[in-house]
Amino acid sequence: MKQASARPRLCGKLNGKLLKTYRILSKIFGFKASLTTRRPDWDTPSKASQPVIQTPPTRAIRFRGRSFQALALCPEAPFDDWLKDVDAWLERSPGFFGGKPLVLDVTGRECNAEALSHLVKAFAARDIRLLGVEGADAALARAELPPFLSAGKAANFIDMAPVVAAAPEPPAPQGLIIEAPVRSGQSIVHPEGDVTIIGSIGSGAEVIAGGSIHVYGALRGRALAGAYGNPRARIFCRKLECELLAIDGLYKVADEIDAEWRKKPAMAWLENDSVKIKSFD
Amino acid sequence: MAEVMVVTSGKGGVGKTTSTAALGAALAQAGQNVAVVDFDVGLRNLDLIMGAERRVVYDLINVANGEARLNQALIRDKRIDTLYLLPASQTRDKDALTEEGVKRVIDELRGRFDWIICDSPAGIERGAQLAMRFADLAVVIANPEVSSVRDSDRIIGLLDAKTLRAENGETMEKHLLLTRYDAQRAGRGEMLSVEDVLEILSIPLLGIIPESDEVLRASNVGSPVTLNNAQSAPARAYLDAAKRLRGEDVPMIIPSQKKGLLDRLFARRAA
Ligand SMILES: Nc1ncnc2c1ncn2[C@@H]1O[C@H](COP(=O)(O)OP(=O)(O)OP(=O)(O)O)[C@@H](O)[C@H]1O
Ligand SMILES: [Mg+2]
Repeated sequence: MKQASARPRLCGKLNGKLLKTYRILSKIFGFKASLTTRRPDWDTPSKASQPVIQTPPTRAIRFRGRSFQALALCPEAPFDDWLKDVDAWLERSPGFFGGKPLVLDVTGRECNAEALSHLVKAFAARDIRLLGVEGADAALARAELPPFLSAGKAANFIDMAPVVAAAPEPPAPQGLIIEAPVRSGQSIVHPEGDVTIIGSIGSGAEVIAGGSIHVYGALRGRALAGAYGNPRARIFCRKLECELLAIDGLYKVADEIDAEWRKKPAMAWLENDSVKIKSFD
Repeated sequence: MAEVMVVTSGKGGVGKTTSTAALGAALAQAGQNVAVVDFDVGLRNLDLIMGAERRVVYDLINVANGEARLNQALIRDKRIDTLYLLPASQTRDKDALTEEGVKRVIDELRGRFDWIICDSPAGIERGAQLAMRFADLAVVIANPEVSSVRDSDRIIGLLDAKTLRAENGETMEKHLLLTRYDAQRAGRGEMLSVEDVLEILSIPLLGIIPESDEVLRASNVGSPVTLNNAQSAPARAYLDAAKRLRGEDVPMIIPSQKKGLLDRLFARRAA
């Protein structure tokens, strides 16, 4: 369920929001690098006011949209001189590029097929892997080259583009109210919005909602909120005894939930890619 | 009007057959016409518990498939003449039952009895679903431990989804019968408390049957516990539960651990 619905979001995000923040120019060496893979709206300092519990790292097995801030390398002619500068940079900061998303930006540069392939190979020789090439003539695209990204459009994802284009506007959120306990073995799936249960969610039962989940009873089974891609969804319950909590595909199993929150009214939300819990007592 | 009542649990070995026999006999002792029906095709037990195993000729499948008439298959109890057993087949399996066949048998039983009590097989598959299919009410059997309670929760979900009443949008009356309740172990916190179980299952409580050697003793002589020793604790609990089924308001007694403590003291002295 998650994979199928979330896959188009992967390129949706890449298409639109590949952020370009730092440009390494051959002449500028003294800048401060502070890369982040977080979405900007999660960097707000509000988290300090909320209780944050110490928990083991949350395992994340999922596909979901992600925007990265990528380093865009803008080579300058002559490229061989520029590559020497890069080498000098690497000598001072070995491993600087390691693990960081890199884009080769040749916008406005005279860059034919030969030059491009030369640059890409030069990076490969330096053990630097490129996420994509930006600003190159689409006609130069080759299988052995990294994906071409133009104006935020990934040329390689073209076959997926219609999926993105066809993705309907999310329908207006619609709540679902269930006036009975959700029994073991039952599964309530409501992608359109919030689910409110007047009763308990039994052990071995699950509720999967596109929006938030409200349980006016004990939550003993599984609650998966924001399951179709909504990190702002939350889970509320009168008594937390759950087997699993998930928001936007990130989850915590009972074992990872501090005893402190058990059997109490609680709320769960997502913060910094991990499920946080607070009690209302 | 006839009441078709399924005795079900999901989990095996929690006391369905014991309870079917005990409640059936208790209702019959009160003058009701009762048929107990064994749906545990292939693993029939009810005939043994009722002490009728040596008189089985035809069974539920024979009647359902039109191979025998209901009259030929029903076995009348030797002790109470308003109590009848419709045994299961031991040699066939649950696939031999069809929904239409079961419906015909139940309809015919409705015309003759006040209570038709269906002893469900364990599990949630076809056999269990056929046993509950035409029921008007259900007695959900649970032991005070987590796996049994969760299975009961599952069965309650099925009762609300897979029965004819549920499909017709009618409510399915459900009662909880907590069996094998061990007051001493509950007192020590080794078992779920009555409140815990009720909170989890949130259906009305029909009775609490204490864990007791009387149950095994009764089954060894092929007699429902309410007939074998009506004064024993489990028999009294079943007799009270039967009264509640008939709408009587009987105060609920949670088996106390007081006697258990004394028992333990004496046991120590004797040792
Ligand atoms: N209150 C009790 N005290 C002691 N033993 C009990 C009690 N109730 C049931 N038992 C014992 O538990 C065992 C299982 O009981 P029973 O056959 O009634 O369960 P069941 O739910 O019908 O099992 P199955 O799922 O196999 O059909 C039997 O040995 C029975 O004697
Ligand atoms: Mg049985």
